[in-house]
Amino acid sequence: MSTSSTGSWLLAALLLLPLVGAAVVVALRGNDKTAKSAALAFSLAEFALAVVAWVQFEPSGARLQQAFSFDWIPAFGVHISFAVDGIALVMIAVIGLLVPLVIGAGWVDKLPEGRTKGGFFALILLEQALTVGVFAATDVFLFYVLFEIMLIPMYFLIGSYGGARRQYAAVKFFLYSFLGGLIMLASVIGCYVLAVEQNGTGTFEWAELVKVVSTAPLETQVWLFLGFFAAFAIKAPLVPLHTWLPDATAEAPIGVAVLLVGILDKVGTFGFLRYLLPMFPLASKELAPLVLVLAVVGVIYGSMLATGQRDIKRFLAYVSIAHFGFIALGIFAFSSQAMVGSVTYMVNHSIATGMLILVVGMVIARGGSTRVADYGGMAKLTPVLAAMLLIAGLSSMSLPGTNSFVSEFLVLIGSFPNAPVYTIIATVGMVLAALYVLWLYQRIMQGPVRGDALVGAAGGPGTMVDPAVGAKKAIADLSGREKLVLAPLVVLIVGLGFFPKPVLDVVTPAVDATMCQAALADPVQSGERQLQCR
Amino acid sequence: MTPTYYLLLSALLFTIGAVGVLVRRNAIVVFMCIELMLNAVNLSLVTFARINGSLDGQIMAFFVMVVAAAEVVVGLAIIMSIFRTRRTASVDDSNLLKY
Amino acid sequence: MTGTINLAAEVQQASGIANLAWLLLALPALGAAVLLIAGRRADKWGHLLGSATVIAAFVYAVLLFFDTTSLAADDRTREAHLFDWISIHSLNVEFGLRIDPLSLTFVLLITGVGSLIHIYSIGYMSDDRDRRRFFAYLNLFVSAMLLLVLGNGFVTLYFGWEGVGLASYLLIGWYQGKDFAATAAKKAFLMNRVGDVGLALAIFLMFKNIGSTQYSVVFDKIGEQSTGVIVAIGILLLLGACGKSGQFPLQAWLPDAMAGPTPVSALIHAATMVTAGVYLIARSNPLYSLPQAEDARLVVMIVGAVTLLIGCVIGCAYDDFKKVLAYSTVSQIGYMILAVGLGPAGYAFGILHLLTHGFFKAGLFLGAGSVMHGMNDEGDIRRLGGLARKMPITFITWTLGYLALIGFPFLSGYFSKDAIIAAAFSEGGSRGWVFGGIALLGAGLTAFYMTRLLILVFLGKPRWENLKSEDGRAYHPHESGWTMTLPMIVLAVGSVGAGAVLSGMLPEWLSPTLGELVEEHGPLSHTVIAILTVAISAIGAGIAFALFGRREQPVTRPQRVSFPVRAARADLYGNHLNEALFARPGVWLTRFLVFVDNRGVDGLVNGIAAGLGGSSGRLRRLQTGFVRSYALSMLGGSILVIAALLMVRFA
Repeated sequence: MSTSSTGSWLLAALLLLPLVGAAVVVALRGNDKTAKSAALAFSLAEFALAVVAWVQFEPSGARLQQAFSFDWIPAFGVHISFAVDGIALVMIAVIGLLVPLVIGAGWVDKLPEGRTKGGFFALILLEQALTVGVFAATDVFLFYVLFEIMLIPMYFLIGSYGGARRQYAAVKFFLYSFLGGLIMLASVIGCYVLAVEQNGTGTFEWAELVKVVSTAPLETQVWLFLGFFAAFAIKAPLVPLHTWLPDATAEAPIGVAVLLVGILDKVGTFGFLRYLLPMFPLASKELAPLVLVLAVVGVIYGSMLATGQRDIKRFLAYVSIAHFGFIALGIFAFSSQAMVGSVTYMVNHSIATGMLILVVGMVIARGGSTRVADYGGMAKLTPVLAAMLLIAGLSSMSLPGTNSFVSEFLVLIGSFPNAPVYTIIATVGMVLAALYVLWLYQRIMQGPVRGDALVGAAGGPGTMVDPAVGAKKAIADLSGREKLVLAPLVVLIVGLGFFPKPVLDVVTPAVDATMCQAALADPVQSGERQLQCR
Repeated sequence: MTPTYYLLLSALLFTIGAVGVLVRRNAIVVFMCIELMLNAVNLSLVTFARINGSLDGQIMAFFVMVVAAAEVVVGLAIIMSIFRTRRTASVDDSNLLKY
Repeated sequence: MTGTINLAAEVQQASGIANLAWLLLALPALGAAVLLIAGRRADKWGHLLGSATVIAAFVYAVLLFFDTTSLAADDRTREAHLFDWISIHSLNVEFGLRIDPLSLTFVLLITGVGSLIHIYSIGYMSDDRDRRRFFAYLNLFVSAMLLLVLGNGFVTLYFGWEGVGLASYLLIGWYQGKDFAATAAKKAFLMNRVGDVGLALAIFLMFKNIGSTQYSVVFDKIGEQSTGVIVAIGILLLLGACGKSGQFPLQAWLPDAMAGPTPVSALIHAATMVTAGVYLIARSNPLYSLPQAEDARLVVMIVGAVTLLIGCVIGCAYDDFKKVLAYSTVSQIGYMILAVGLGPAGYAFGILHLLTHGFFKAGLFLGAGSVMHGMNDEGDIRRLGGLARKMPITFITWTLGYLALIGFPFLSGYFSKDAIIAAAFSEGGSRGWVFGGIALLGAGLTAFYMTRLLILVFLGKPRWENLKSEDGRAYHPHESGWTMTLPMIVLAVGSVGAGAVLSGMLPEWLSPTLGELVEEHGPLSHTVIAILTVAISAIGAGIAFALFGRREQPVTRPQRVSFPVRAARADLYGNHLNEALFARPGVWLTRFLVFVDNRGVDGLVNGIAAGLGGSSGRLRRLQTGFVRSYALSMLGGSILVIAALLMVRFA
């Protein structure tokens, strides 16, 4: 695995650029404006690199591309080795896309006393570098290390820059994730020991460990599986390990909430695909019903709780919990359609929910409250903002023509042959999705103008204002900057809804390889296809 | 003459010292009880040296004496300064360093 | 059952003008996109662009129609592949169009009626600041509806299916400042989604058992499936149809949907979208025609029959102009569903009734809109009356639509509805009597409530003269402008003539898609049924005249009424049932879950944290600050260590 192919500089650059950026931005933090511009420039350059990586990627080529590797702790066979497959690639691209948007969205946000924009954006860039590393790591130990380090910038992003109860939320987030990580560490070491027993020398190299562990007896696999699963299920998060997410989302600044839900949580489902299925195929099959139950419970439970929330940001967290249920369902239903669906779901969820969170942030910036009850009739004052909320919402409920439909459809249709009962229950989640999205839209945008900030914009609380005249001055519609932030997301939502082929083509070979490693076969065969492991 | 008596004496002195540390409040007395315990240990070290016919124990006893002497210096200095500031030598009165 | 044909073998590649069929979708979609993106800048010309794209689509549809008729009957089913939409190994969802007589029929209806209603809306919406956005939504609807009928697979159909749902949601909630409109829009979307779940599950079943979702493959292989699968797919498709078409048990959203502007009610909730369920079942005729699908068809017929009765009964009791028409729509679609449930003997009649209904119901709604436009948006028929002289064109066109609907001889409803009733009787045996009887009874009730509407609105005394509307203005009824009357006139002409023209040609024209029309003869001859229907309708109209035409009607609705009237006014308790079965338990469950999540799941986590913190707090107390207690614990510790060492040594 330690061969480095041409072009490995690209991945190294993807990893290092945000790090350098973070250092530069920290150095410039004395001047808000230059720091902001530098952060934006670095994130845009990173996005450009991600696009180059996408273009260079050959879907029909090797499973892992752009690989590079060198020794780290030779005594234990630990390497610093990175490479991307289709799944990691799309996630890295999503990171590259979201970070500039998050920076753009947070351009003028007020930070808590004594904090600088430079520090904030530097942490975001640092987080970006680490998440890219997590997705690209091909050494299990390295993956573990990055998996844990990734928490640190996020801890500060929530704990230093968040809302009133930010400390509580940050600690809760950290403890949850850290606990899961430690349990995973035990399994990682267990895998290493297995390798020592079988080969004489231990290794943490993912490709090697897959060969060793996947042939272990069922009982061993089950225990090791559970260790990894604990970490990923907390990260994803699956019910009932989810309660850190609503707190973290509610307290985090909007941009950080986007990264949290859009990227960090995806590490969990990515782990399902990259580690659980290939390394523990027997255990995966054995424990699939458990995961499926958690997934379907998550769909229904998350949706119902979303309708019951009074806080808009907590609402977003529960929406995501429901969506992660779909993703987990698709992965553990064991068909290539469902699995491709899950991977595209990861991408599309980042885009759709990312946009939803950004739009909600813009709503909150205007209304000055996170309580749903403080809003109403906003569409009259801010029609463009209303349209954006509706578009993001429609994508969240997987309306055909939006990107999420493709993924949700694939998850459900692919899961149905193997897990019909679970799929039927999850399909009911579609109705609930419509319910919570439209409920939110109605409460915020429709009906008579409500809420102190909106009604009283012109004449103090409780004054009835002619919405067309009075309040319009105080509550402005989207600014050019905000439109610029949302426009790429709208384009992607509609574009990928009609033409998802670019993503599907990149993802499918990686999913095939995963299916193959896990010795799974499609329940619905078209005949001419032969399963070939690469 | 069996070494048993020396060891018994050492144990007796150590017990007296330990009980003294536990029950007395005056810092000076507590301090002297600690010295008593140290010297009880010295006695058993020397005894065992004698039994084994090796000098190690006696060397160890000298080390203990040196450390004890240094300790007396530091300890008495601390007790003096506490007494000067608080006008008391009771160990129960200096309990500010707690939970 | 004869009449099924192997469709897969007949599909031709589209060529020539048919290759441009994507224009049908693209034109209105482009219009919608331009209008939405351009924003206020398009206020001046938005309505013109919106109308122009739909009219252009209509022109193209007409060209396509003549292109198709120039082909031999066997070559009329064509497909145009646009691109591979979702393709992963065994699943290949194509984005393609199927141009065949059935879809072309719908395309003509949608673009034709759509064009008229666009023109009508120019006048109707002229006072609205956001007229441009209204046209954008209408264009969006037309585009989605065309995709629904033109798609060449169930997934593209589903795309259009939800797309029209979105457009319907946006348009019902048009007056979004009003809570009831927003709630009605949400309700419509949600109940549609319930139906969509059925459609989605049907698609999943197709993929699992057949391995494809394209019409050509599915219809080719559906016959090889087990009876259970076929019946399941049939019933799930029906569930989808029930949602979209407002059929029992998902009918409650349609009357509420009247909260939208009247052109919307006419286009979406009368003429086109709500008939999508009929299209779905007719499109799936290779499935429903199978002998194994007997049970599924029976369910379809029951749903149709039950709905047509429910619609009629409730329609008799309502006082809201548009809601009576809405329930009338519910019941007329019940007829269509009943017809397509009859199988090869009824598909063509279902479509025929759908077309004629598209004309006269759209006309009736536009008439209602014209009345309300002239009457300060007053929709309570008890506050109208005697408007015939004030609005002559509206009155005449509306009356023609009315006559067509109740099946006045030789107007269009006469041909289409009688055909369905006759087909229901010809089902044979007790079934034939039951369904035929219900359909016949429905005809009588239809005549009753429509006559009531006619009398209360246009005839009798002008009860509005001494009243003021809610906003305090007096009523000054007047005839509407030409952009509104012209579509009404065109639709009235269609209401009169469409039945006679279409009833002869339509079954043959549709036969490449729906199979040959099977003529079966029941216990009663067609002539007898025709006479019976007209007679019963006449009785219904007569009763209505006797009850409402000869006495003065009170302006406020009487409260002391018999139980059936009360039940009908309460939608036969359909909403109460939904409320009691789903809404309220759902709210309770949600509140309970929020409680569980906060106190239970999160409480457990926080409990563990609090437990750890609390016990640490207790343990802290051990650090008393007393040197002597530390010394004691040291001593104890040493003793323990020594004891442990000794135990290890001597154990």
